[in-house]
Amino acid sequence: MAIAIRKFDAVIVGAGGAGMRAALQLAEAGFRVAVLSKVFPTRSHTVAAQGGIGAALGNMGEDSWLWHMYDTIKGSDYLGDQDAIEFLCRMAPQAVIELEHFGMPFDRNDNGTVYQRPFGGHSQNFGERPVQRSCCAADRTGHAMLHTLYQRNVRANTHFFVEWMALDLVRAADGQVLGVTALEMETGEVYLLHARATLFATGGAGRIFAASTNAFINTGDGLGMAARAGIPLEDMEFWQFHPTGVAGAGVLITEGVRGEGGYLLNKNGERFMERYAPTMKDLASRDVVSRAMATEIKEGRGCGPEADHVLLKLDHLGVEVVEKRLPGIREIAKKFANVDPVKEPIPVVPTVHYQMGGIPTNYHGEVVAPRAGDLEAVVPGFYAAGECACASVHGANRLGTNSLTDLLVFGRASGEHMVQFLRENPGHRELPADAAEYTRARLDRLENQRDGENVYQVAADMRRTMQAHCGVFRFPDLLATGVTRIREISERAARTEIKDHSKVFNTARVEALELDNLIEVARATMDSAEAREESRGAHDREDFPKRDDVNWLKHTLWFKDGDRLEYKPVHLKPLTAATFEPKVRTY
Amino acid sequence: MHFRIYRYDPEKDAQPRMQDYRVDLDPSDRMLLDALVRIKSLDDSLTLRRSCREGVCGSDAMNINGKNGLACITRLSDLKEPVEIRPLPGLPVIRDLVVDMSQFFKQYHSVRPYLINDEPPPEKERLQTPQEREELDGLYECILCACCSTACPSFWWNPDKFVGPAGLLQAYRFLADSRDLATNARLDNLEDPYRLFRCHSIMNCVDVCPKGLNPTKAIGNIKDLMVRRTV
Repeated sequence: MAIAIRKFDAVIVGAGGAGMRAALQLAEAGFRVAVLSKVFPTRSHTVAAQGGIGAALGNMGEDSWLWHMYDTIKGSDYLGDQDAIEFLCRMAPQAVIELEHFGMPFDRNDNGTVYQRPFGGHSQNFGERPVQRSCCAADRTGHAMLHTLYQRNVRANTHFFVEWMALDLVRAADGQVLGVTALEMETGEVYLLHARATLFATGGAGRIFAASTNAFINTGDGLGMAARAGIPLEDMEFWQFHPTGVAGAGVLITEGVRGEGGYLLNKNGERFMERYAPTMKDLASRDVVSRAMATEIKEGRGCGPEADHVLLKLDHLGVEVVEKRLPGIREIAKKFANVDPVKEPIPVVPTVHYQMGGIPTNYHGEVVAPRAGDLEAVVPGFYAAGECACASVHGANRLGTNSLTDLLVFGRASGEHMVQFLRENPGHRELPADAAEYTRARLDRLENQRDGENVYQVAADMRRTMQAHCGVFRFPDLLATGVTRIREISERAARTEIKDHSKVFNTARVEALELDNLIEVARATMDSAEAREESRGAHDREDFPKRDDVNWLKHTLWFKDGDRLEYKPVHLKPLTAATFEPKVRTY
Repeated sequence: MHFRIYRYDPEKDAQPRMQDYRVDLDPSDRMLLDALVRIKSLDDSLTLRRSCREGVCGSDAMNINGKNGLACITRLSDLKEPVEIRPLPGLPVIRDLVVDMSQFFKQYHSVRPYLINDEPPPEKERLQTPQEREELDGLYECILCACCSTACPSFWWNPDKFVGPAGLLQAYRFLADSRDLATNARLDNLEDPYRLFRCHSIMNCVDVCPKGLNPTKAIGNIKDLMVRRTV
């Protein structure tokens, strides 16, 4: 198999919110940038975000980036890096204004400014009362944002490689990143895209779990590629369970429902969040609400014949509010839950939604990894942004709306830093002779595998295992057996076989290659979760029910090589603000 | 359940063919996409696009029992057997249910689908009243699935010359935006016997749109703007 080489100034893998925001910086600066995407850009999973973009515009009342920063740090259960969080919250208003100037169809107030709704964990004056901070376009904010960014890229003549799947990272002997290998799905041809700077914006890997709000394409491709190339994955034990996935279907119902005044009920018709979070109630942060729901269900107060879900009530909001602010939710509830929410409540369960961990970066989007005693040495030429990256702004639990903010702020920041890097580092470095060998070997193995494992079977076993062993509540015995099982499944994943050997649009091959990425994420998650002996944010251990700042106020780094774990300190020092010292978290 | 699915692999098949699949479904398989994914787990050569599985990404548009729609929000219980599934009509087939959408996107791009406003932006957001913003409802929600354009006889005949319902819906989305300043240039761009005026209000687009949008109405509004600027 011949692998052709194509040269670009920069390669961006992924055309969701982060990838397309970064692409704009590069294209508008006149660089030759190739943006690779497994799907047409507007089909990226950013499209499914509903509730809004968090930014302290103060359009609805007093607000400040410092309050946003406090909320984010508290939401992260103090695991977030305070320098990156300050950067996120300070840059958020500008990022939103810029998006408005690009043409984003935000909802409006009577005075013409952008409408903002309340959202979980966002407060005024350091936790005093809920604040309206989420800038939204009805309940289709991600869709509106993704299309706006695509449209702006059309204007900038960005070069998209649609339905291309990146396969492996190409590194020089000294570790510098020199591009990626990639598969053109329509032809089955494999290329090496040689670049001076490479950005991963590949999104999350929620598809390691059986019940997830995530799209089929969310297979952690960037994480798999990074892990195989020797880059560690950070804080992979932290997975967000969104409180309101449609029971049985997994489809997301935005927190914006509760932001607009909806609330949760158990089988006794009790608004149980009042007991768990007296101030913020249903707008406490997601880990708190999901745990409360799981507790209600566990203690027998769930609804339905199996007592396996709770109810999200919004009929009291009235048809007008629902039609104006939550039209997409009404559509989803009718289609996937068979209820019209203006009349009946929606059955919901906590559902895997977001990966807080990822490829370690600093707040410029540069990937950092331990080297020669420096725990955060920059990997030259390599960037990551969005859900695949861990800056870390979400720490142990992300606040609603901060994911879209993250895409805009860090997409832009990494794009900007790449522009600077390209200016300072002209000329392509020579590729190592064996640059594409690893990819070639992987593809040859898959092509020639006989009597191997069925991709669907292995993937289904992985998902079931992750779901059963690494859920909302985590138990020591289940974690230990989970580690062993996932390791066994990972050995099977190395022997997958496909029956379809056509070169043209071979999605069986794509799915087998995706499983290679998923399984790395599953291993990282199980190993990291089993090792962390405390409860923090989304990681809740039955045997260690308390947060332990003395021993565990630190980030996990998982290395594929030998399933090794290392740790590094949390950045407690912000850029300009005073440190928010860890304290007990109540809502 | 019984499915008849259009199959074509250019590497193997001289001609497209219909293949029958009879599969036992799980009670959790409620949408057509669930069934197709199950079939694919048994026959990995079946090729289709899919992603969000909730009707917002627009990947899995196909022709289902003669009507264009999204597999992920089409209930199995609403389908008559055998369920006949074909690729979207009128576009070249790459393989099975995967069509080449280049022409569709080319037409979308041809309407300059982005906000044009060369005035220096204010420090804050450009103001827009709730009423001005409401003008965009029913337009910005398009997911570019191509169900409408590939159900349109005018688009089948002139895919290179007629913008098609999806592209025109987006053309109007920017014409209707109080922040956009390129009204005249946008209308000039469509003033042509084909680009806009090939729409004969057959309304197949409205009938099939999985998001309940109305491209025919948007096209009517563009025609009104054309008339108004000449008087």
